[in-house]
Amino acid sequence: MAIFGKKYFKVELDQAERRDDEALWMKCKACNELVFKKRVRENNNICPKCGEYFFLTAPERIQLLADPGSFEDISRPIVAADPLGFVDEDGHSYSDKIKRAQEETGLANEIIVGRARIDGRPVILAVMDFRFIGGSMGSVMGEQICHGMEIAARERVPFILISATGGARMHEGILSLMQMAKTSACRKRLAESKVPFISIMTYPTTAGVQASIASLGDITLAEKGALIGFTGRRVIQQTLKQDLPEDFQTDRFAFEHGIVDRVVKRESLRDELIRILKFFV
Amino acid sequence: MSERVIAELQKQIEQLRELSRNGLDLAEEIARLEAKLARLCLDHTSSPAKANSPDEVWDWERVKLARHPQRPYALDYIKLIMEDFYELHGDRLFGDDAAIVAGVARFDGQTCVVVGTQKGRDAAENVRRNFGMPHPEGYRKALRTMKLAERFGFPIFTLIDTPGAYPGIGAEERNIGGALAQNIYEMFHLRVPIIVTIIGEGGSGGAIALGVGDRVLMLENAIYSVITPEGCAAILFRDAKKAPQAARALKLTAPHLLQLGVIDEIIPEPPGGAHLDPPQAAQALSKAWQRHLTAVKDLPAERLVSARAERFRALGVFEE
Repeated sequence: MAIFGKKYFKVELDQAERRDDEALWMKCKACNELVFKKRVRENNNICPKCGEYFFLTAPERIQLLADPGSFEDISRPIVAADPLGFVDEDGHSYSDKIKRAQEETGLANEIIVGRARIDGRPVILAVMDFRFIGGSMGSVMGEQICHGMEIAARERVPFILISATGGARMHEGILSLMQMAKTSACRKRLAESKVPFISIMTYPTTAGVQASIASLGDITLAEKGALIGFTGRRVIQQTLKQDLPEDFQTDRFAFEHGIVDRVVKRESLRDELIRILKFFV
Repeated sequence: MSERVIAELQKQIEQLRELSRNGLDLAEEIARLEAKLARLCLDHTSSPAKANSPDEVWDWERVKLARHPQRPYALDYIKLIMEDFYELHGDRLFGDDAAIVAGVARFDGQTCVVVGTQKGRDAAENVRRNFGMPHPEGYRKALRTMKLAERFGFPIFTLIDTPGAYPGIGAEERNIGGALAQNIYEMFHLRVPIIVTIIGEGGSGGAIALGVGDRVLMLENAIYSVITPEGCAAILFRDAKKAPQAARALKLTAPHLLQLGVIDEIIPEPPGGAHLDPPQAAQALSKAWQRHLTAVKDLPAERLVSARAERFRALGVFEE
């Protein structure tokens, strides 16, 4: 289906299988138990033995939250360009990196925007995929988020952003930094149209995205197990040369410091959204 | 000192370019001088890694100029340009952050609000000002004073010169990311003119949190980047010593940013850099401020804020 490289292509949710799913068994990184992969997938990627969360791809996240069959990809048909002509140390160009990410994930971009229904209520969902260059925000993500918010504002439909990102995408330099301002500019239009914006922070929601659009929700939820912060743990450790608190930048840390409204278990996220959406009719 | 020689060469090249715009063919002469300049920069570069192309050397030279310890800081420009700066302190929530200065002042016969990130000139002042790396309370103080400006219809000038927001435990506990986000967002709402100037280092989120405006200006040797060259080198080139190479790759100098549509104008610095003649640098900046403020100050607030949003909405490069 996909023409990898340049063109945009839509994702068929039911075909968005993981590449690594050929192996039948996997080892849980928390309890070290061997678990049947199919069971893990059916269990929202939660370890059936110990309850550890494994990451969700964007298609899996959509399947978790949206009414079955209700999702329609309305992403703008765009893909990343290479505005700086960025080449890394190993001689890999940014274009190559994008192409590889597309092949590995089966996605055109690091974010999918679409219409969906949650318990019958229409919403606009914007979902990041961490597998795609760390879910980092470059020009495409900035544009897709704005596109989604503009449709939500126009149609007066709640906007839900699910973040899974390391921050801004270095390969697009200053243009990535500008996406922080661009998305914040568009967020203002949502507010003017009195359309609710629910921001869900998952593992991880850091740096440029946490310092812009993800922190601008009317209601902000952390998924249990989330990592939330601006500067990465390692960088802070190197700067301060001291150990950091055990719970630093965890879901609990974010809650205790007033950064999020609530911490929600993955299996309850859909019900939580249903409950919240009822307040905004 | 080779800095002066470099400055002199730069000036000569500039003059030749000016002449060639008037129809003279000086390409060969310019190329010769540029090669000389590149060689000189190469010798002058004290960077640990060996730099490769002349362009790379030149970008890295700019990074060093932007961080030069004698470079004029926000308060220097404020003193040189503004008539009476009355500093305000504290965010009314947690404390006062000396890494950001904010206050009211008189500029060109009118009251304005000016906000800037501030580095220290010596070790003691740098400790107090945290090397120009603000905490959340600094950004919240900035927002408080900018809202004061809006209340009274005063234009706002922001001066940016920071390696970035501070990476520390307290900063995270008080939600530095949220503070940056709030500033960026609120600056789109302020119904008064905002003129942003990158005067030294425009360090990532800590810079864009004061960087939303109707005009974004940049001093000739300032830099503006999503990440420090060292940080980029450490992550993407797996070696922080490759910073000069990363500086080149990031396209963080004023000419690149002008080309990308991120800034509106490059303010020329005295030959060799602003630190060699701060009053002259201040004068150029003052003139640019006057000109840009005149252009935007009488616009209806509604148009001002919608144009501001449009401007940033349009930033980004992708393929259809």
